[in-house]
Amino acid sequence: MEISTLTIEAARSAVATGKITATVLVESFYDKIQNEDSQIGAFLTLSKERAIDAASRIDKLAADGKPLPPLAGAPVAIKDVMVTRGVRTTAGSKMLENYIPPYDCTAVARLEQAGAVVLGKTNCDEFAMGSSNENSAFHPVHNPHDISRVPGGSSGGSAAAVAAGMAVVALGSDTGGSIRQPASFCGVVGLMPTYGRVSRYGLIAFASSLDHIGPLTRTVKDAAIVLTAIAGRDPMDSTSANVPVPDYVGELEKPVRGLKIGVAEEYLGEGLDRAVRKAVEAALQKLASLGCEVVPVSLPHTAYAIPAYYIVATAEASSNLARFDGVRYGYRARDASTLSDMYRRTRDEGFGAEVKRRIMLGTYALSAGYYDAYYLKAQKVRTLLTRDFEEAFRKVDVIVTPTSPTPAFKLGEKANDPLAMYLADIYTVTADLAGIPGISIPCGETREKLPIGLQILGRHFDEATILRLAHAYERAVAA
Amino acid sequence: MKITEKDVSYVADLANLELAAEERGRMVRDLNSILDYIDRLNELDTSNVAPMAQVADRYATDNAKNGSDRFAYASRDDVLEGLRKSLPHEDALANAPQADGTFFTVPKVIER
Repeated sequence: MEISTLTIEAARSAVATGKITATVLVESFYDKIQNEDSQIGAFLTLSKERAIDAASRIDKLAADGKPLPPLAGAPVAIKDVMVTRGVRTTAGSKMLENYIPPYDCTAVARLEQAGAVVLGKTNCDEFAMGSSNENSAFHPVHNPHDISRVPGGSSGGSAAAVAAGMAVVALGSDTGGSIRQPASFCGVVGLMPTYGRVSRYGLIAFASSLDHIGPLTRTVKDAAIVLTAIAGRDPMDSTSANVPVPDYVGELEKPVRGLKIGVAEEYLGEGLDRAVRKAVEAALQKLASLGCEVVPVSLPHTAYAIPAYYIVATAEASSNLARFDGVRYGYRARDASTLSDMYRRTRDEGFGAEVKRRIMLGTYALSAGYYDAYYLKAQKVRTLLTRDFEEAFRKVDVIVTPTSPTPAFKLGEKANDPLAMYLADIYTVTADLAGIPGISIPCGETREKLPIGLQILGRHFDEATILRLAHAYERAVAA
Repeated sequence: MKITEKDVSYVADLANLELAAEERGRMVRDLNSILDYIDRLNELDTSNVAPMAQVADRYATDNAKNGSDRFAYASRDDVLEGLRKSLPHEDALANAPQADGTFFTVPKVIER
């Protein structure tokens, strides 16, 4: 059985018909990881015991002729910022190198309840802060399409694992583009749902008003299946929304003819790679040929998104990361003589350079005398950016943009220039700030065979429409 | 230069970070370059714009209600063990760098 192109439905049906057992299937994924991940570096921890347990439960259901849940037997990978009971969870940081969580993240628990088999935890930028995965405290991740290049970040391990066929699907997290940008770099599908659509309980907090959990998959349908399984109100996350969850899979087949697609010139300006522009323009033509109407829209505050984002996100991070103090869990510096000495040295030795940079920037923006000039100002600009989208969505159903201005860059290329790295997120941070959903789907490749991503943004809680359009596009280009 | 080495020391202090001497130099440089870029926010007049702290501010599920009533679903009764049982003592201490079986232990708190 060819496992590297397996979908959730194919895995489930193979197990249901007895073509393979879930146990043998998960073992074959571990063999593949064993043989191939030394080249890629996608995984930080494997959860074999837990996976075999889950697979055995599925096999028992199948043997008893009982109905199988929607993700039955599907091997999944989890970004290492989601806590997993009894399975080491590091957030890509030395601070949590030996942390064994006592509870499960809601999204992970829901995936398992839906029959998924958790293979292990994927590499990421430390505390999800980065756009290349080079900020992992353990090792970088290599892009499966060209191992001299980055997979994107911060969910680089999740994107690479799916692209390389080492997992059927993966969960990632997106605070400024961390699902969509690596999906684009690795040639897979990445969905960031509406803020509050998926519970954040058990997601190690980076910026609480911007953090989202979502799937990375090889097909749009798989993204719809995963979203249906993990979405919905969770009493453990008071910001999870009390909005009914539709059957996202059923919605995929509705027609796309007549959908209005907004195109904003602000996303096609300076800094956009020529090959990416060409691919996006071709995709728009394809969508028009499916009966969609392409309409120009204006999102005039787009140029202010990165500066607003890096204030809001770092301010929230500086507060969230205050909990890492060497007392209750995580790393503690040795031989400190006083409590305050212990705090300082623990944080100094436990955090990497980018995390410290963001804590410093966020602390500065919140400090006396700068709060109004930076933090409050950024929150007001966040309102303006969100209004841009609200205006545009009065005229159109979705907005289509490139996911990233460039294809995957080389390892080391931007490692010493934090600002250049931040600009890699220029087309993705806007949706995080506004809380609207967005998906990145493959839309061709460069001459060097590097994947290019197309981003589709939608209204709050209208994942169904962006998934439907993405699905129609995927099918049209495959035909 | 907006940020001096002295500012970096002050902010590091607030953030409970030590920062080695060579890290401080680099931090001054990086923060100034990022803040120069962030300064473009001042091109926008935001005097009549409300700040947005939460996404839910923009998509309240019940627009007929006002203020925090719109998010009534987010509140719960304040009861002991309302959502889940507290962690067993042992589990709560299991990840502690140092504990005595009952409490987390830390270096001395009062400095003299």
